[in-house]
Amino acid sequence: MSTNTYSLSGRKKEVSNKKLTWTEKIYLVAILKGMMVTLKHMFKKKVTISYPEKTRPFSDVYRGKHMLMRDDEGRERCTACGLCALSCPAEAISMKAAERTADEMHLYREEKYAEIYEINMLRCIFCGLCEEACPKQAIYLTKSKQIAKADISRDNFIFGKDKLVMPLEAAIENTKQQNQA
Amino acid sequence: MVEILFYILSTITLGSAALTLLSKNPIHSALWLVVSFFSIAGHYILLNSQFLGMVHIMVYSGAIMILMLFTIMLMNLNISHEVSKPFITKVVATIAFCLVGLLLLSITMRGAQTYELQYANHGEDFQSVQVLGKVLLNEYVMPFEMVAVLLLLAMIGAVLISKKDKTDKVA
Amino acid sequence: MDKTIIIDKAVIIVVVFAVTMLMAMYATLAERKIAAWIQDRIGPNRAGKGGLLQPLADGLKLFAKEETQPNTPNKFLFKFGPFLAMTLALMTSAVIPWGDKFHLFGRDIELQAADLNVGLLYIIAVLSVGVYGIMIGAWASNNKYSLMSGIRAASQMISYEIAMGLSLIGLLLMTQTLSMREIALQQEGMNWNVFYQPVGFLIFLICSFAETNRAPFDLAECEQELIGGFHTEYSSMKMGFFLFAEYANLFISSAIISVLYFGAYNYPGMSWAVENWGVNIANVIGIFALFIKICFFIFVYMWVRWTLPRFRYDQLMNLGWKSLIPLALLNLVVTAIVILLIKN
Repeated sequence: MSTNTYSLSGRKKEVSNKKLTWTEKIYLVAILKGMMVTLKHMFKKKVTISYPEKTRPFSDVYRGKHMLMRDDEGRERCTACGLCALSCPAEAISMKAAERTADEMHLYREEKYAEIYEINMLRCIFCGLCEEACPKQAIYLTKSKQIAKADISRDNFIFGKDKLVMPLEAAIENTKQQNQA
Repeated sequence: MVEILFYILSTITLGSAALTLLSKNPIHSALWLVVSFFSIAGHYILLNSQFLGMVHIMVYSGAIMILMLFTIMLMNLNISHEVSKPFITKVVATIAFCLVGLLLLSITMRGAQTYELQYANHGEDFQSVQVLGKVLLNEYVMPFEMVAVLLLLAMIGAVLISKKDKTDKVA
Repeated sequence: MDKTIIIDKAVIIVVVFAVTMLMAMYATLAERKIAAWIQDRIGPNRAGKGGLLQPLADGLKLFAKEETQPNTPNKFLFKFGPFLAMTLALMTSAVIPWGDKFHLFGRDIELQAADLNVGLLYIIAVLSVGVYGIMIGAWASNNKYSLMSGIRAASQMISYEIAMGLSLIGLLLMTQTLSMREIALQQEGMNWNVFYQPVGFLIFLICSFAETNRAPFDLAECEQELIGGFHTEYSSMKMGFFLFAEYANLFISSAIISVLYFGAYNYPGMSWAVENWGVNIANVIGIFALFIKICFFIFVYMWVRWTLPRFRYDQLMNLGWKSLIPLALLNLVVTAIVILLIKN
């Protein structure tokens, strides 16, 4: 069977150049039909969602801005292994590792930590592969609606640790809730 | 009241007619001619012939002048495109125009008698289209039909000119 | 002349002007709403309840916009174009009978600015010069797109005027009068002209679409080819005048269709209402009936606009010259023969 006679979708229509009959030629019937179609649409349910008052629900697998998590003692989980940077298809992540000193025990969970951790939000495609690659469950893509604010300068789109690490208050709140449960 | 209106209208008619001739820009000329036609329609209405006034606006301002403007806009006439005519042609044209004008003036002067209008005696509404139609198709049916034939001929002629010459294609 | 007549007419003119403006304003809102509904949207709903103040917001925006002037040697004509478009759009309303005679203050008051005995001709005359505003504005813009649009508008108007006039002659043969008031009076009850002249009505309706420059005949202002056509160079309230004139035209041509073919202010049971409730109340209902008819036709205009795609230029000319004019002539001849047969 050649492709000319075969229709995958079953909706293939042959173009016909047959002569129009008189009733078709004056188009009035076709125009009336079309107008009935639009009339029907006038009374259909509207698809508009009036935005600020109503919002569409996010998908369950929505992936928003990244966050570097803290553990229940408020210490950063990241150990700067570089797997996230390696898995990133857009090469948006870069980091510099440093060794934890004795007086930093309360700050970092692992012996090695990320001194600098940067995500270029202009490159990031929010695929979530970094989240999957992370062995320490340190990086997560949050449900946050805010992704990156509009800006003139490209430098402001490179998010450092100041913007990525989970705020300490949030960590404290989390721990409190866990203890209560 | 009517006299004042007449003088205002006449000033507009003559002024715009003069401006039609004096304007450098052909579009401005055409527009002044439209103004002139409108004021002539005003004269008709002053003379209590509303039908003529309306038809005048319809035919002259509404159809002929729009077509004229249309052609002028299409042709994109400029001063640089204007063909300069020799001096003698201009002189002869002026003289010819003056002679024709004199002739027309003398005819209208001779024919200018005061008619005793007898609207009231007839008891008929001479503005009405019905009366006008009856007069046109009874007393003046011959000239009326002749004008119709003339217009038809002009139309056929226009169609013939605009038709493509088919013999060229064959050859 | 009677002083009361002057006062009557002045009041009627002012009221008709105000109502036309109001209807034109709200026609812009209606257009946007209907477009939205047809496309399964809601339409403007922020300004006022359900968007009722949207026309005011639009007007305010237009007033506040910067006035720009193209580099044209015809500054006067550039300003004159929108003015002329608006004036000619409003002039037609003079002969439309908005209602039957009222009995007030011990005399009859006609709800019509002027009962010309050549009313029908007056309408055709004003419609035929209606394109001047667009043409002058387009030419004075000194812009090639605008010029093309002006030329398109002119040729379209000339072509469709003929069919329109011919379809009206069919009506004229039946009514035997050119006066709009008498045409309205003849259609008492359900004796509407549309039942006797359906083909003429259809031709008139199609030509009205073309004469008001509305889709599917809005070739003069198509965005895709002519970037807005004659109002490309216009901004601020001059642009607003052009748009407003279009909607005023829409309202008035709906009014003309209602008066000529759909029985004007007549409604079934009007004579009964006159007997039982008095002339004035019956007339008020009549005015409402006329406005319902007008609103229906405004709706039809918009409905067609958001259904049918725009014509191609050659299709437009073919429809006008090869279909509508012969059809109108046929309608005219058939009407004449039928009238002759009935009379004998």
